Formats: sequence, C-alpha cells, structure tokens
Amino acid sequence: MLSIKNLKASIAGKTILKGLDLTVNPGEVHAIMGPNGSGKSTLGYVLSGREAYIVEEGSILFEGVDLLTMDIEERALAGLFLAFQYPLEIPGVSNLEFLKAAVDAQREARGEPLMSSKEFLSAAREACKAVRLPTEFLKRGVNEGFSGGEKKRNDILQMLMLQPKLCILDETDSGLDIDALKLVADCVNSQRDAKRSFIVVTHYQRLLDYLKPDYVHVLSEGKIIKSGGPSLAPELEEQGYAWLARQPGEEKSL
Amino acid sequence: MTDQIEKAITREYEAGFTSSIESNTFEPGLNEEVIARLSAIKGEPQWMLDWRLKAFASWKKMPEPHWAHIDYSKIDFQAISYYSSPKSMDDKPKSLDEIDPELLATYEKLGIPLMEQQMLAGVAVDAVFDSVSVVTTFREKLKEAGVIFCSISEAIKEYPELVQKYLGSVVPRTDNYYAALNSAVFTDGSFVYVPKGVRCPMELSTYFRINEQNTGQFERTLVIADEGSHVSYLEGCSAPQRDENQLHAAVVELVALDDAQIKYSTVQNWYPGDEQGRGGIYNFVTKRAMCHKNAKVSWTQVETGSAITWKYPSCILRGDNSVGEFYSVALTRGRQQADTGTKMIHLGKNTRSTIISKGISAAQSNNSYRGLVKMMPTAEGARNYTQCDSLLIGDQCGAHTFPYIESRNPSAIVEHEATTSKVSDDQLFLCQQRGINSEKAVSMIVNGFCKEVFKQLPMEFAVEAGKLLEISLEGSVG
Ligand SMILES: Nc1ncnc2c1ncn2[C@@H]1O[C@H](COP(=O)(O)OP(=O)(O)O)[C@@H](O)[C@H]1O
Ligand SMILES: [Mg+2]
Repeated sequence: MLSIKNLKASIAGKTILKGLDLTVNPGEVHAIMGPNGSGKSTLGYVLSGREAYIVEEGSILFEGVDLLTMDIEERALAGLFLAFQYPLEIPGVSNLEFLKAAVDAQREARGEPLMSSKEFLSAAREACKAVRLPTEFLKRGVNEGFSGGEKKRNDILQMLMLQPKLCILDETDSGLDIDALKLVADCVNSQRDAKRSFIVVTHYQRLLDYLKPDYVHVLSEGKIIKSGGPSLAPELEEQGYAWLARQPGEEKSL
Repeated sequence: MTDQIEKAITREYEAGFTSSIESNTFEPGLNEEVIARLSAIKGEPQWMLDWRLKAFASWKKMPEPHWAHIDYSKIDFQAISYYSSPKSMDDKPKSLDEIDPELLATYEKLGIPLMEQQMLAGVAVDAVFDSVSVVTTFREKLKEAGVIFCSISEAIKEYPELVQKYLGSVVPRTDNYYAALNSAVFTDGSFVYVPKGVRCPMELSTYFRINEQNTGQFERTLVIADEGSHVSYLEGCSAPQRDENQLHAAVVELVALDDAQIKYSTVQNWYPGDEQGRGGIYNFVTKRAMCHKNAKVSWTQVETGSAITWKYPSCILRGDNSVGEFYSVALTRGRQQADTGTKMIHLGKNTRSTIISKGISAAQSNNSYRGLVKMMPTAEGARNYTQCDSLLIGDQCGAHTFPYIESRNPSAIVEHEATTSKVSDDQLFLCQQRGINSEKAVSMIVNGFCKEVFKQLPMEFAVEAGKLLEISLEGSVG
C-alpha cells in the first residue's frame, strides 16, 4: 500500500524528516508515537502533498505509484486521507455542501455515478449518527464554532463518507474525553478491512488498547528509531521516549 | 498556494464576443447639435429636447468628480459616439419575427432567449442593444394587469404625462456629473408603471448589451410603483471584449408611492478588462429611489464586471415608516476597481434601512464600500443596520470600507458592523485534501460568503448569480 524509503523533508529551510523508512501493507494499522516536534505531523503533510513541505530525498510509493509526482488533490482522489491534528474552519460553507463536493469529486475520479441528493443525505445522516454529531451539524459551516472534540469527530465523519484507502489520523484522540475516544476507535475499527490501512499518530496508550495496531513505531528527530508490536506502547507509556533516544543502537536488536 | 489562487481568478470573459450587426452610429463628439440630432432621430417632443439641453448646459459647467477610491485616466468625452442603433431597427420591427436574427442570436448566446415561448415563465424582458430597445416581451399580458412596461423612448411619446411628472424627480438633472451627462444624452432604457394596488404578475427585466465600439451607453430607467402596488425588476448587462475602455453612465429612478414595494435587482457583468487592466467598461451609475409613506424599496446587486464601477443605489426615505434595503455582492479581480455602496437618507419618522454589503477582492483588484447613512432632524425613531464584510483572495488585493454616518436626530439608531476575512491557504488545503479542486473550493467559499445577499435575488436569478461568480472565479486556482 505505502512504501516510504529514506525520506528527507524540510519546511522553511529546516530539515525535519531525516531518513524515514516505513512500509504499510493493505489492512494494517500502524501507530506512530514520539516526542513533540519529532516530525509526526510533518509526515502526514508530506504524504498529503502540502506545498510548503519540500521532499529533499527518498521515495514514496502509494499502491506502486510515485506519490511525489501527484498533487494534493490527486493523492486525495487516489484514496489518501488526513485527519488533522488541528482541524480547520471554513465559515459559510456548510458541512453538507463540503461533504457533497468531496464525495462527488471522489466518485467522479473513480468513474462511479454521483449519489442522488437523497442517497447522499441519508448516508450523511448515518455518518453523523456513527460519530454522534447531531444532524444539525450538517447545516453548520465546516467546523465553524465547533468544540475541539466536535471538530475531531467531524474529521472522522468525513473519513466515513469518503471511504479512503489510507487514513492518516494525526492525534485525533488528543483532547477527546474517554467516551469520544472510544467512539473514534469504534469508527476506525468499523472501517478496518483487508484493503484499508491506517497510520495513527497518538500519544496515548488508551487509543491503542482499542485499536490493537499491528505495529508501533517511535519517531524521534525525524527518524523511526524503534518499531515493535502492540506491546511497545505500554512500555513507552511507562518509560517515556528518553531511553530510546539515548540507546539508538538497540533498535536493530529488537 | 497564493500563485494558484492568482491563476484561479484569471479567466475568460464569456460574454466577450462581438456581433456583426450593421449599425447607424453617430460620429464621436458631443455638442448641442448632436443632442438635437439624437432627439430628432427618436422623434421626441420639444419638451424632451429642452430638458436634455438644460442638462447639457449644467453638465458643461460641472467638474469631473475624482473623490472615489478609484484611479483611471481622464475620459475624452468628445471621443465617444453618443448614438448607435442596429440598422435593422430603422423601421422599428412590429414583432419578434421582424427582428434581425443576428440580434436574437446575440441574446440567445447570452442566455436570454427573446422568443416568448422559450423564456423563463413569468419573466418579461426589455432588451437594449447599444442605444435602442430591441424588443419588450410579454407586453400584452402585462397590459391586461394595467402594467406598462416599454422602452423609455416609447414612454416619452405614449405616456408623456407620467414621464414629465417623474423623470428627474428622484435624480435631478444637475445631481452629479454623470447624471447630468446621462440626462443630456440618454438613448434608451426601460419604463415601468404599475397602477394602484396592482401586484405585477411577472418579474420584469431589462438586459443591456453594448456591442458597437467607441460608443457610450447611457440608459435611463424609470420605475413608478403607484400606491399599494408591488413590482420586482431585474437588470443584466454585458459587453464585448475590447482593448479600449467604454463608458456606461446610467440613471435609474424608482418612485415608490405610499404603501408600494419595489424590488430592484442587478446582475452586472460588463467586460472587466484584461489582466493588465486594458479595456473594460467604466460603469458610472446613479440609482436612487424615492420612498413615500410605508413604501419599501430593496436594491440587490451582484457586481462582477466592469473595469471601474462607481455606483451607490440609494433610498430617500421620505415617507413615515418607509423601508430601504441594500444587498450587495461586489467581486473584483484582475485590475478591476469597484467603489460601490449606498446612501440611505432618512427623512420620515420610524424609517428603517438595512445595508448588507459583501465585497470580494482577488488578484490586484481594489474593492471599496462607501456608504452614507443620514438621519435628518425629522427622522424620529429611525433605524439603520449596516453590515459590511470583505473577503480577500490572495494578498495583493485591497478592501476598503468608508462608512459615513450623519445623525441629526438623537432618537435615531445607527448600527454598523464590519469584518474582513481571507480565503486562507489552510482552507484550500483542507478542501484539496478531501479531493475538492481549488477552483471549486474558492467558489464554494465565495458563495457561502454571499449567501445572505443571494437569498434576496428573485429565485430565477439566484442560481444564475451563483453561476456567474463561479465563472468569474474560474481559473483562479491552478
Ligand atoms: N511552518 C513551519 N516553519 C518552521 N518550522 C516548522 C513549521 N512547521 C513545523 N515546524 C517544525 O517542524 C518540527 C516538527 O513539527 P511537527 O511535525 O508538527 O512535530 P510533531 O507533530 O511530531 O509534534 C517542529 O520543530 C516544528 O517547530
Ligand atoms: Mg503533531
């Protein structure tokens, strides 16, 4: 599904990712943990093609295609989805209108017939129910005046509607209460299948308890310094990241 | 990303074609003799010519105004032709079948079929091509209701009492430089009279088209809503793409007698000039309404065209309890300059006015709102609410707000709110990340921003206006 090799990327002339390797196979869930400022969000932006982020070296293949030759929209239409650490607002554009435009674009790209307004509306209502946002939220401006938690749930709602192939969730659990966190986890789990993959950036063990990722990686100073199975997460929770950073040699032996 | 926005807002002007129609066009130049010739061609009565000549005499003494927030090279009024008419109109056709098919094709290409059977049901159209009215549709049907809808030229001949009584009653001949010029040389335009207590059975609309080169268009519109009547009127405009600037100086007068309501909507899409600012229409327009007791006038405008727009549809709220409304969307891109807004003059007791202005500026354009709210000493209990929002696309454009408030009555309440926002790279990124291309994203954001105003347009045209903005922004993001 996704193969990142020796990725070096910078923003504003500062190199943030310093040789990152990551392979995600169809159906896998990868968790990425790591200290603040280590480049986790940067990775999401680089994958989605955001302009300000410059790839200096390395390669990214998405379903065998060179992702770096594609623009933001093409990547999105190819099935790459990013849930934002800080979701943005678009005042005046209703959630419904926004979703419809996105779903239409996706369907058009896949050569599928567009949904009728009625079909679409009932799908949107269904998705609202799944993320427990009242359907009135569909009429409000995109994230306009939403609370932090509502914004995160709205991102998940978009994910449910768009049915992407690769979902990158950047700290979607941050700032959520326990119930909301469980809800997000349930949504993600409901979307898991043999073809869909997830990269989940999180600081918390709790989300991973629900998600049971296939792999846990630690990103530090722009590199993955340690990868392991689900058992790595509790270890990190207990001991923090410092011990890893101090013993970079260990990553090979694990 | 800003580059992308820049690209998105440069687009082709879709109404920019020229029709090859033989015309009778005056030599450029302006003097008493030209005015007399113009008046004679139109077969006007003496009083009309006298009126024009008086206006011309005043105009000659007036200085050209330069106070608006716009910048343009001096206009040579002697280099303009003041009359142009399609040859086929020499013997005014009696019916649509007699009209030059090329003319009909022009309107059809603009999306305004003049054949009644093809038209939007419930919309009557007066089509003005250069200096003359080509056709007015649905006249018979309107006549049944007692509504007069014809060209102003015909009205001058057929309804002289109404014209003499009201022409210049709202915008006096000497009102301002361009109004004086218009009064001297106006060529055609629409005339509406709705009798007492009548609800006009259909939307009325006028479509103005400038085709001939180096001609000015000076149209004059007069709408009279008699006591207790209702009418909704819409005007649309376009012009071919040319390198030279062309002048359009219109005057619109609305008279809403006691308890009458007039809704006047404009969708203005004159040629805006190219990216370097070459060509385009100079749009200097005076629009004003006189509101008598309990009358209500709403101006709604969607302004996307013209190189320069200088326009302040206004209401004189003379009668007690009268209401004035102004809803405006002004979009500028390329090197367009718009200086637009409204004046609400409160004279009567408990008069109300609402102003909602939405300015969208893109590329290197400049968009100014200029509004005056005046509460006269007699305006006991009067109220105004003004909301001015600006949306910036890219970082080389300008938005300016000049609200003037003059309150001479302590019981009057004036409220003003203003906001400025930007279509941000972040917002575009979010849209693109969800698969929405940036053009669609910008147009969604702009349409969302204008919603409040679009709601005010007659249904048939709200969709059109939305589309127009979409076309206007096409190509604004790569
Ligand atoms: N626009 C920017 N300009 C300069 N530095 C940036 C910018 N965006 C992010 N950074 C820097 O990049 C580094 C990585 O940031 P980020 O990827 O957000 O880290 P994380 O998500 O792991 O907390 C940080 O040091 C941050 O300050
Ligand atoms: Mg982050």
